[in-house]
Amino acid sequence: MSVTLALALAAAQMQGMDHAGHMPGMTMPMHRPAATPKPKPRAVKRPTRHRATAMPMPEVAACSPEHAAMGHCEAPASIPATGPSEPCPPEHAAMGHCTAASRDAMASGTALPVGNAPAPAAPAPIYADRVWGAGAMAPARARLRQEHGGMTFTQVMLNIAELQPRGGRDGYRWDGAAWFGGDVDRLVVKSEGDGRFGTRTSGEVQALYSRAIGPYFNVQGGVRQDIGANRRYAVAGVEGLAPYWFDVEATAFVSDHGDVLARVEGYYDQRITQRLILQPRAELNLSAQQVVQDRIGAGLVDAELGVRLRYELHREFAPYVGVSWERAFGATRRLRGDDGGAVVALGVRAWF
Amino acid sequence: MTSDHDTAARFGRRDLLRAGGVLAASACAPTWAQSGSAGIAARPEVSGDDIHLRIAHQMMTIDGRRRHAIGINGSVPAPLIRLREGQTVRLHVENALDEESSIHWHGLLVPFHMDGVPGVSFPGIAPRSTFTYQFPVKQAGTYWYHSHSGLQEQMGLYGPIVIDPATPDAAAPAREHVILLSDHSQLHPHTIFRKLKQQGGYFNYQKQTLAGLLAGRDQPAGERRAWGKMRMDPADIADVTAATYTYLVNGHGPRDQWTGLFAPGERVRLRLVNASAMTTFNVRLPGLAMTVVAADGLALRPVTVDELQIAVAETYDVIVTPDDDRAYALVAESVDRSGMALATLAPRVGMRTAAPPLRPRPLATMKDMGMGAMAMGGGEATPAHDMTDHDMAGHQMGGHAAAGHEMGAMNHSMRDFANAPEVKRSPTVQTIAPMPVDRTGEPGQGLADVGHRVLTYRDLVAAARNPDVRAPDRALRIHLTGNMERYMWAFDGEKLNEVTAPFAFLENERVRVTLVNDTMMGHPIHLHGHYFELVTGHGEHAPRKHTVQVQPGGTVTFDLTADAVGDWAFHCHMLYHMHAGMMQVVTVRPRGEGAA
Repeated sequence: MSVTLALALAAAQMQGMDHAGHMPGMTMPMHRPAATPKPKPRAVKRPTRHRATAMPMPEVAACSPEHAAMGHCEAPASIPATGPSEPCPPEHAAMGHCTAASRDAMASGTALPVGNAPAPAAPAPIYADRVWGAGAMAPARARLRQEHGGMTFTQVMLNIAELQPRGGRDGYRWDGAAWFGGDVDRLVVKSEGDGRFGTRTSGEVQALYSRAIGPYFNVQGGVRQDIGANRRYAVAGVEGLAPYWFDVEATAFVSDHGDVLARVEGYYDQRITQRLILQPRAELNLSAQQVVQDRIGAGLVDAELGVRLRYELHREFAPYVGVSWERAFGATRRLRGDDGGAVVALGVRAWF
Repeated sequence: MTSDHDTAARFGRRDLLRAGGVLAASACAPTWAQSGSAGIAARPEVSGDDIHLRIAHQMMTIDGRRRHAIGINGSVPAPLIRLREGQTVRLHVENALDEESSIHWHGLLVPFHMDGVPGVSFPGIAPRSTFTYQFPVKQAGTYWYHSHSGLQEQMGLYGPIVIDPATPDAAAPAREHVILLSDHSQLHPHTIFRKLKQQGGYFNYQKQTLAGLLAGRDQPAGERRAWGKMRMDPADIADVTAATYTYLVNGHGPRDQWTGLFAPGERVRLRLVNASAMTTFNVRLPGLAMTVVAADGLALRPVTVDELQIAVAETYDVIVTPDDDRAYALVAESVDRSGMALATLAPRVGMRTAAPPLRPRPLATMKDMGMGAMAMGGGEATPAHDMTDHDMAGHQMGGHAAAGHEMGAMNHSMRDFANAPEVKRSPTVQTIAPMPVDRTGEPGQGLADVGHRVLTYRDLVAAARNPDVRAPDRALRIHLTGNMERYMWAFDGEKLNEVTAPFAFLENERVRVTLVNDTMMGHPIHLHGHYFELVTGHGEHAPRKHTVQVQPGGTVTFDLTADAVGDWAFHCHMLYHMHAGMMQVVTVRPRGEGAA
């Protein structure tokens, strides 16, 4: 930007605003930009009779209140000393709710009732274009809007990342999510799963579009790919913060074979101290039908109930110990031949 | 001036602290901000008709630790700009950063295109370029200036402005100190903002806990359940806390303990400026009464108090008279009492004071939630008139009186849009105050029961008659809305990036504006280019302000004369609230000019 031009424009603008008449001691550059094609805006050219009265200073000069308080001079007689808060503010008095006790009660200024003039139509907020040009202002305006509410962020959260010692057949479990986007629209990637070292891993990855539908809840839709099984699903779900601070999530899945599954999960963070936090957690899987090759029976498939006690060394990094109880139900239990049970969990909750 | 680097090299950190971090910390501080300052009257930093300011990265030392900052002319806080009413000043601002910058003159009535808000008043100051601001100085008093670009303000780009009256005030105190309060973090401001977006309560280490419940602290179990059901956290008093902030006086931490000098028995004017990004301060000088003589730069009828709350971007001038030959502490506690800024007034350099302990942090009440006069768990004084007229602004608006008189049938839903027809139904709106009340007669969160006199807005009375005493032409209601869980903030539920139309005014139109705080957090609302008169029962001596704190669940009403044609920024001065979207543009157009 040309500084000279800026200055010249500024000077021209101020002359246009007719400040000079009201500004004692003001020296205004006399030169006008020789080649400024832009006409001076009509708006700012008109004298603003108002400005002179907008300066309260001269009235104070005679006897500033602090002087009066010090006994150096007399404050204007009409001014009462400041007392405690008025019991009946004038705007209330004006509505007949109480009787004004104000010693200023001259029904002027802020004591007057409000009129009902119509609001003016809203113009485009582009007045600065007249001074700096639309070309200079447009990108600044776009940046202003983007920087005030339109920014995007990322969070990667591993709520569960743990070892489950089982005397030689140690297992592991993970559950996490990442999001990228703005306040309302986000891309969400979720993953969860478990396994035993040296044998199978079962798990999944979901890629979802997430949209805020209220202050607390998001609806989500996308796809899920299983790990360790060649299975894909369409996903639709809702997640958010329920009353009493429960984090809850409910999701439905339709596989590429048409099988319908569902999952409900939730947890609660109970602060014991500022850094020691107990997280009870539950996850239930359901199925509308039996899917033999995935060892899923109809009805309630399996459940995981856990309690994990973490210590937040940092908000972002909290080692934990916990107990996890897992069990399959009904037909699933028969298909899997596994009674489940409780295991100790050692892990870390981490995010960035 | 000894370079900071040299000083740091000669002493270990422990030595620095012992010898008075004063020396090291002062090395990069401007004269007025130097500890042991005899006062600003002795030596203004920058003044005259042509003032040169250079914005650049630098290091600063706080409590013996070196921190990265952005400063002006090599100093953080930026130099004191001392002006005289009636002069025309040219401020040549060089941006030596690799990003855009800007300076906004907070509270100064300048032509709109000199106001310094990129995208509203001008295009901004491009990297490695110089911009010259020029404007007539039309007022006197205490003001400040800061960057309006990105989050640079949090990194140190702020400084005080003192304007001397055109006619020298012979009886003014001979001694005066600028007390510039601010908050500094080692975290980059973008990191702070990201953490807040990821976890709204990230910086709050004073939440309610099970251990606290068992020990009988904070809310009892039943009340916790009731609040939990509403997903409201009563311990959410400040978003960013001492967990990351060090609170500063004139750029000095509590251990540096900035010291201002006085002679026992003399009157000392303290020009208080809250230049924080996010911190509401409660200011007191134990053992000294403060006589408040100006707010936001303009003279008041003096009112004497023991403590005052200063919201972000407000200024107060107070006069103290320390009689004894001893050091007095100046304590500025953050509103959540997680930390404090500490300074000393002393007759001699080297005298220190002990920091008083932090008082217990307050908990939000039903009233803070906008439950108004129905509040039960409050403990805060309720002005009697609130009981019968909690929805005054509704009456004025005509079509919105439903909530007014039907106390029995009141809908206590915390998110009933019938209580706020102006508000857009969006995820930005977590709650709508069902019964917001005018809280200008209250001293601020946690100050109702401190056992001494605390300033309220209703105590403020303008010394001079208001320049415009016409009745307002119309009323306008603006809701302050937010969502702590998603860290979204907006006016009327619309973030700036979503806003389609500005708040429009006609030139010289006088409008009664009511701000309704639908959130559980105080918001210091600032309108650029104008003063407005608070409707607090003082007729034509209404206090005139450029920034007003709207208490949680409360309302503030002011009369505005839109006398400055142009486009103006209007926003919450909590930096991260503004950044999250709590900002809009106010347009003032000549009558008959059409919608352009």
